[in-house]
Amino acid sequence: MEFIGLNQLNSSFIILENSDAAYDEIVEIKSGAQKKLGKVVQIEKDKTIIQVFGNNDNLSLNNTHVKFTGRPMEIKLSEEILGRTFNGIGEPIDGLGEIYEDCRRNINGSPINPVSRVYPQNYIQTGISAIDGLTTLIRGQKLPVFSGNGLPHDKLAAQIVRQASLKDKTNQKFAIVFAAMGIKHDTADYFKKTFQQSGAIERVVMFLNLANDPVAERLITPHLALTTAEYLAYEKNMHILVILTDMTAYAEALREISSAKNEIPSRKGYPGYLYSELAAIFERAGIIKGHDGSVTQIPILTMPNDDITHPIPDLTGYITEGQIVLNRNLFQKGIYPPINILPSLSRLMKDGIGEGFTRADHQDLANQIFSSYAHVNDVHALASIIGKDELSETDKAYMTFGNYFEKYYLGQNEFENRNMFETIDLGWKLIGLLPRNELDRINTKFLDKYYRPTSESEF
Amino acid sequence: MSGFITKINSTVLTVSGYDNFHVSEMVMVGPKKLIGEVIKINKSEAVVQIFEDATDLKLYDKIYPTGRPLSITLGPGIIGNIFDGIERPLFSIEKISGAFISPGLHVSSLDEEKLWPTKIIAKIGDFVKSGDIIAHVHESNFIVNKIMVGHEISGKIIEIVPDGNYNAKKILAVVENENGKEFDITMLQTWPIKIPRPVSQKKSVTRPLITGQRIIDTLFPIAKGGIAAIPGGFGTGKTMTQHQLAKWSDADIIVYIGCGERGNEMTQVLYDFSELKDPRSGFPLMDRTILIANTSNMPVAAREASIYTGITIAEYYRDMGYHVAIMADSTSRWAEALRELSGRLEEIPAEEGFPAYLASRLAEFYERAGYVENLNGSEGSITIIGAVSPQGGDLSEPVTQNTKRFVRCFWTLDRSLAYARHFPAIQWLTSYTEYLDDLADWYEKNLGKEFMANRAAITKILNEENELMEIVKLIGADILPDNQKLILEISKVIRVGFLQQNAYHSFDTYVTLEKQMKMLEIILYLYEKSKLLVAHGIPVRILKSSGIFDKIISIKYDVPNDNLQKLDEYFAAIDNFYEQCQKS
Repeated sequence: MEFIGLNQLNSSFIILENSDAAYDEIVEIKSGAQKKLGKVVQIEKDKTIIQVFGNNDNLSLNNTHVKFTGRPMEIKLSEEILGRTFNGIGEPIDGLGEIYEDCRRNINGSPINPVSRVYPQNYIQTGISAIDGLTTLIRGQKLPVFSGNGLPHDKLAAQIVRQASLKDKTNQKFAIVFAAMGIKHDTADYFKKTFQQSGAIERVVMFLNLANDPVAERLITPHLALTTAEYLAYEKNMHILVILTDMTAYAEALREISSAKNEIPSRKGYPGYLYSELAAIFERAGIIKGHDGSVTQIPILTMPNDDITHPIPDLTGYITEGQIVLNRNLFQKGIYPPINILPSLSRLMKDGIGEGFTRADHQDLANQIFSSYAHVNDVHALASIIGKDELSETDKAYMTFGNYFEKYYLGQNEFENRNMFETIDLGWKLIGLLPRNELDRINTKFLDKYYRPTSESEF
Repeated sequence: MSGFITKINSTVLTVSGYDNFHVSEMVMVGPKKLIGEVIKINKSEAVVQIFEDATDLKLYDKIYPTGRPLSITLGPGIIGNIFDGIERPLFSIEKISGAFISPGLHVSSLDEEKLWPTKIIAKIGDFVKSGDIIAHVHESNFIVNKIMVGHEISGKIIEIVPDGNYNAKKILAVVENENGKEFDITMLQTWPIKIPRPVSQKKSVTRPLITGQRIIDTLFPIAKGGIAAIPGGFGTGKTMTQHQLAKWSDADIIVYIGCGERGNEMTQVLYDFSELKDPRSGFPLMDRTILIANTSNMPVAAREASIYTGITIAEYYRDMGYHVAIMADSTSRWAEALRELSGRLEEIPAEEGFPAYLASRLAEFYERAGYVENLNGSEGSITIIGAVSPQGGDLSEPVTQNTKRFVRCFWTLDRSLAYARHFPAIQWLTSYTEYLDDLADWYEKNLGKEFMANRAAITKILNEENELMEIVKLIGADILPDNQKLILEISKVIRVGFLQQNAYHSFDTYVTLEKQMKMLEIILYLYEKSKLLVAHGIPVRILKSSGIFDKIISIKYDVPNDNLQKLDEYFAAIDNFYEQCQKS
């Protein structure tokens, strides 16, 4: 069905008087030589509100044709999609033409039935000690990076992509789906180069909605990426790592569109459904019974003003299975990756490490490092009042432990790839700086086996 | 008879053309017959929210009334099952639509063909009224489902079947009332989820819900029939604590509501609870558990309903005389669902965008807990343990504050404890329970007079530690006099050796009250002896070097629940330490 002429036009919506539209249906909008897509977002008796992807600059009330497709937003998929680059609404922008379609999928997906899920238990080694040792990434997990503007989250994500490997090397059909929402051109370029250098570019699908691309499209991009990921994982049995950056830009787009629709705002002007919308994205990570593939997500978000209680990181943290938090102080101290381990967490870690996965002492050791490092902060606070020299011997040991931990455990080169056992042994070496009777989180039998007092000169 | 859609805004629809809708009535929407509920009626229009995705709905699609409020089916087969927010069984959904849940699925809540071994306990001529039990059905290893006479039915039994195996739809008995009207009694009942099931009377609470978690049972106990809230930001261990309580508390039945939470977590519960055995009976925990899983990406209106579905199921089993505990994880997600729907209805928001009726909805929900005498004279209880996920971890936000008004037990999870991986991260200074006085008699009768006194002594030490820490933060611990240093040391024993509990340890995950009591006694005995030594001028440094403090800290890992006589050796060890120190 096709209509000519519009009733109303504003920056991102067009309104038609009469139509036979279905909710969520995609429409094609034609005005002269220009073609755009739009989506039905609200239907009333005498008006149909359509959200336009792209801007409305050249549209006018009279000469615009609107065609209803009778379908929700879909993406064309086939295995050929690997190695290709698309814009934020799934149109190829690499000059290689349309892809040959094997099937089409509704990009909204459907919720995974909890009884059909497989509980994720297999860890991914990233080669980064702070992650492998303390916030282990598990295949099928959604583990976001909470960052701030100017912090090296892109570098970290790129390093994870380069180094990620599975313990069982069998069935290594591995691919990356990269979705950019509102990021700078340079950032997109950086990722592209990284994928090229690591030789992964043939196995990467990129969806790019850059900072100057239309805001409305940004809401589609992560769903395109995840529909692609689900197709590759559950129909082609591949292990997919999805990188979504920057989720803050996505949430801002949601707010912008919501406000344009005159909706009632909730916290900080974000719509009340922000949680549900984020969940619809993040919950698409997982493993499904009867399939060899998996979808693992690393969403990246920049915390406005480094504030972890801001609605975006806050709601994200309640949906995702943990978070990796980057810290500006560590960054300023020159430590890379500047991961603040205390608020960082991997919820699935406990069942994916230990005997049979990594090593029996892994969990105890991690708990001890968290506990001791938490105490280091108290010692620093005390030292700033009474001075370092007045500290007790034990507290001095904590100071050293804290400094060496940041320098040697957290700190590593962008290209340094440590294996899991190196990371665990390094943890023991650092814990050796503390007297044994301070270690109350580790089972005695592990202490007997692995604890050895170390001195500063050994580093 | 039907209306038609005149407006679609996501899951909220406006309907015209039919003027006999009732508020809260369940409706079927469009060609797929999506389930919806009427929430508001204007003059010629009704507002309907649907429990599924609105994709493909069109203007003028039909809406069919059902004439009854949103209700769920109650009967044998609920135990051990996993449902979505409107009681659709997820295993049946998987059979129809595979791993992904497609909209518009209609499946019956319970298996109506399955034959249940049934023992009839009423006979012809008996006079029965609603709530009375006419038969026993073996529902699981734990649970006998007691078949009750339905709502507003009373009269004489004029027909009844013999013992045997029957399906849920089978008419077990016919009851004739005084006007000669006949009622068929089957195993099934339907009940509107937003209306509490009637009871004879509410009683006061007197018995604790024993959880096997030391900090809860000893410091902040909750009564059977009580209400507790667990507030905490993300990563502080709300879900973990809920899992622990669901696994180990001594309720007969657990209803676990995953309201707007993670899919993988529900999978984990399903998996763990099928594997884990109940410490008292040895049967799999799933045999006494009901899961309601409306994960965060499932439709928001069904998320709102999931809380009511859960509590209605709990009331059904309570009516049979069972003690039921509900884990609602998380009530904040439910409140957010209210907020989201309220926004779509364009209602005027109150604090932080939440609707003004947030407080009254919370109150309605929590008031369905309690220790009651049922219509049939038996006693049962519902304990509600609600997780609260305060936005930004800030406990002054509306959901936490309003929850605080209705709960009597408040287990605050603390971010800095969680950062230091001290679990359960329940903060002992800010948490509270109002049930102590109600339960004091029970504790005295079952554990002896000293228990409450010992509990008070421990709280006192922890408070003293807190005050000392203010000083330590400024000048360091070295400068403190020895009697104060001792308080710090003994507090460490309490914190690490008693309050901290390892959920992954084979027997530390669940600890009997007897062991908890003994551990308290040992710690206080150590404190008493050490105080004497310090008074004699022996420095804390010497006391610590004896290793006795570390030995007591690891009692939790060294003495299993079934070998408690080993605990007596620790008193001797403390005596020995006392003599050694005195000699030196």
